[in-house]
Amino acid sequence: MKTKSYIPSSNPFKPSLLWMAISYILLLFWAFVVLMPLYWLVVTSFKIPADVNNGPTYLPFVDYQPRLDAWRYLMVESGESFIRRPYMNTIFVGLSSAFYALIIGAAASYALSRFEYRPKVGLIATFAGCVLFTVGLVAAGIPWPAAVVVGIAIYVLLAQTLGRRFSASLGNSDIAFWLISQRMLPPVAVVIPIYVMFQQFSLLNTHAGLIIAYTAANLPLAVWFLRDYFQSIPIDLEESAFIDGANRYQVLFKIILPLSVPGLIATFLIVLVFAWNEYTMALFLTGAETQTMPLLVAAQNATRGPQWWNISVLVVLMIAPITILAVFLERYIARGILVGAVKG
Amino acid sequence: MQAKPEALMTPQPQTQAVSRGDSSVRSWVDESARYLLIAPAILIVLVLAIFPLLVSLYLSFSRFKFVKGGFEINFIGLKNYEKLLFGSEQRHVLGKFGEVPLTGWLLYGAFMGLMLYLLYQYATSERLSGFGFVMRVISVVFAGGLALLALLTLGAGGLPGTLIVTLMFVFGGVALQYLLGLGLGLLLTQNLPGKRFFRVIFLLPMMITPVGIGFLFKMMTDTLKGPFSPVWLAAGLGDFAMLGQADTARLAVIIGDTWQWTPFMFIILLAALEGISKETIEAALVDGANRLQMFRFIILPDVIPVSTTVILIRLIESFKIIDMPNILTGGGPGTATETMTLQAYSGWRSGNLGESAALAYLLLIVATFCAMVFINFIRRRLLNWTV
Repeated sequence: MKTKSYIPSSNPFKPSLLWMAISYILLLFWAFVVLMPLYWLVVTSFKIPADVNNGPTYLPFVDYQPRLDAWRYLMVESGESFIRRPYMNTIFVGLSSAFYALIIGAAASYALSRFEYRPKVGLIATFAGCVLFTVGLVAAGIPWPAAVVVGIAIYVLLAQTLGRRFSASLGNSDIAFWLISQRMLPPVAVVIPIYVMFQQFSLLNTHAGLIIAYTAANLPLAVWFLRDYFQSIPIDLEESAFIDGANRYQVLFKIILPLSVPGLIATFLIVLVFAWNEYTMALFLTGAETQTMPLLVAAQNATRGPQWWNISVLVVLMIAPITILAVFLERYIARGILVGAVKG
Repeated sequence: MQAKPEALMTPQPQTQAVSRGDSSVRSWVDESARYLLIAPAILIVLVLAIFPLLVSLYLSFSRFKFVKGGFEINFIGLKNYEKLLFGSEQRHVLGKFGEVPLTGWLLYGAFMGLMLYLLYQYATSERLSGFGFVMRVISVVFAGGLALLALLTLGAGGLPGTLIVTLMFVFGGVALQYLLGLGLGLLLTQNLPGKRFFRVIFLLPMMITPVGIGFLFKMMTDTLKGPFSPVWLAAGLGDFAMLGQADTARLAVIIGDTWQWTPFMFIILLAALEGISKETIEAALVDGANRLQMFRFIILPDVIPVSTTVILIRLIESFKIIDMPNILTGGGPGTATETMTLQAYSGWRSGNLGESAALAYLLLIVATFCAMVFINFIRRRLLNWTV
């Protein structure tokens, strides 16, 4: 089904013994670089303050006695919902937003890889102008529903009259680039208006609000990965389905999506990771009930000095599920992200 | 330079299926798919990215205040930008200028000479177009300005502002991540036993929250309680605080960022490396290519399209770096590791929403400029070079 085989091919270079030794040394070195901080994280979570403050101790049972003090402190003494609530929030918001981003992103990617669009530059500029005008109206004190109606009316009017005169138009890659360029926006640039908007719609401090924000933020990534993946699927398969009388939706659901499982899994995982770990937007848009784990971890940058043992427990808890998921789905990640791999 | 940012992803021949309109119902269903499938994505992005972006633009020209039961916006024109670039915040954003050694000026002269030479080359070529020329002049001026700023603030007695610090993190981090990712990928394509183990291990850091990594590297760099304490002590650096000095603190942030994002480069480059057809490699072997030639003429050209795409993704993402310096160093010492997003965030916390929005816009302009230069000049050159 794919233009290229991603099954590991045997390398015709038979590495010499010396070369193999060098390779292993380098690989083991990087494995050490990766694992050392993680190992340290886990052992620190079983330390008591004295074990940390009296200089480094490395091996549990050998140079220090592992204790569950930090775990007990956070999970029992701090109250039952201290960890459970942000944990559940993170799981719920992460999974939901990743799911929506995947569904909406897959639909858009498929459309971008199979249809040709020619949006007119003039209409887009008119639209942007009308939005700016509407924002101006709201800023001038006109209630937002009225301003939105006026804005839409002016746009329809201009599009109907001037719209026919525009000729310059854009193509699919422009739409894709436009979607993807949204990833360039620093969250601080968009979070303030989103904050005000959510305030108007009572979405602040709700799961729904955070899910919407994350879906929007991660959608460009999903489109980026999936568009390249769909393009790697030969069109012939669809054509024969069309001859058999299938329609677009049937083709998408019965042929394309089943063929794209590695791409979908990889994209889902990456988008999930981004939502799981997101900090800035959560900081602005959540409150006590909807706090997510990154906020809880960051909040430990406390006034009482760095409490490594507690922080370690929280980070271990936070990364455990996603790391386990990644280990099991690793094979899909390698096969599922084909960015830039398809050649024209 | 072309007006359209086409070819972000490798161009693909338009694969438009001809709809066979046997029945009008089916063609109507198919026609609806054309719009229904893409509409949700466009709508979401319009409402949650474009609209906020335009509001932010307006905010950046105004003074924003939360008042009882709502907010108040006063239009003040370019005052926010003026303050950031020329006023009281100039030292914070652009930095303090120091003395530049002669070698610095020579380097700068060489850089600008190269830029002007490329511009001249374009102006006398057949591809010359008015729009392309204007865009190139703008790019040269912009790049020259950024380079000059870096030169002035990095000299003796100078202090880089948040703009230059951000650029240092972006370019330093992305370059390191790419080289390490490619190196690890090349090592693993040899199919040594244990390959899958390494592949899984190498992927892990990407899954960890940047906030957690900030804490992690705070522990790693602690010279008294950290795991490398004996090493520091042996080197006589027991009371040396890595995060307390500007240069080493910046290095720590770059190391943390690299630790986290090398896996992303690695996993995608590995897939690209493994996709190189065996026949090509065998043919080159028959022709007697050595390891270096193999890399230069077979492997490199094959991974360049993927490379440019992953570099672009990381480039775009890196500009937003905030969590790592925020947790690891809090932007300190002084403002040595403060990035533009971190500064904008502090602005928001102290209630300067207008200024914060203006700063975010400055960042957006710089990031867009870098991405456009990368797509239109560097990426295109690289792709043409390999064909």
